[in-house]
Amino acid sequence: MSVPSREEMYRALEERHGADLQKKLDSASVAICGLGGLGSNIAISLARAGVGHLHIIDFDRVDISNLNRQQYFPEQLGQLKSVALKDTLERIAPYCHIKADNIKLSEDNIPDLLSDADIIVEAFDKADQKAMLVNCVLESMPDKFLVSGSGMAGIAPSNMITTNKITKRFYLCGDGVSDVEDGMGLVSSRVLICAGHQAHAVIRIIAGEFDI
Amino acid sequence: MVKINGELLEKDGKTVTEMLADMEISGQRVAVEINEEIVPKAKYDETVLNDGDHVEVVRFVGGG
Repeated sequence: MSVPSREEMYRALEERHGADLQKKLDSASVAICGLGGLGSNIAISLARAGVGHLHIIDFDRVDISNLNRQQYFPEQLGQLKSVALKDTLERIAPYCHIKADNIKLSEDNIPDLLSDADIIVEAFDKADQKAMLVNCVLESMPDKFLVSGSGMAGIAPSNMITTNKITKRFYLCGDGVSDVEDGMGLVSSRVLICAGHQAHAVIRIIAGEFDI
Repeated sequence: MVKINGELLEKDGKTVTEMLADMEISGQRVAVEINEEIVPKAKYDETVLNDGDHVEVVRFVGGG
């Protein structure tokens, strides 16, 4: 079957989300920093919801160790994550404007690279990189909304994972304690719960619903 | 008294760097807000906690 037209896909989303929300989602611009277990799942949720502009950023390639939780396929092993995920997102949401960058984010390039986004999603895996991005955005881009994830390793209960609002524009999802460095691996279901919290925080911000 | 992550503690007069050292937290893996304002990392040594401040210390852990 051929791909539906832009109008057909938009109307189907409008029927589910309502015209007001869909208009907001369609004009929203979200940057996703890191395309691992969190970022690849967040990007797919937002693309399916009809977010109009996604900027996906990672410097890594798809590895066999990623396949337990990240949204890549075995035939994509070795590909750049930014390229592989863009291919998948284009199949899911062919009319979404997707910008894919293969680059390592740092304090030097973050303000410039992320300037177009309304909402920035932190989806890195290393704790010091998470802190670097969060500090950089809060210090140098105070008008942006920021949604970060910390603490989702292992098989501890789902209900430990929550969304917290730290400041007016900074949301933090996760259980805050389950560290991958403590020897617990990352399990798809629990990483997806945290990714779901982050994606849903983004959608609520777009909707103008700022409470948690 | 200073409220740190919801807990009232006697940290008045201490700098952010001293507070983090007391909590045995690495400055490389945190974000610190005082009264909803981010404290720039470069100012941890000179930023002093005052009576009545609300401090949030966000500790990041690995995994994603």
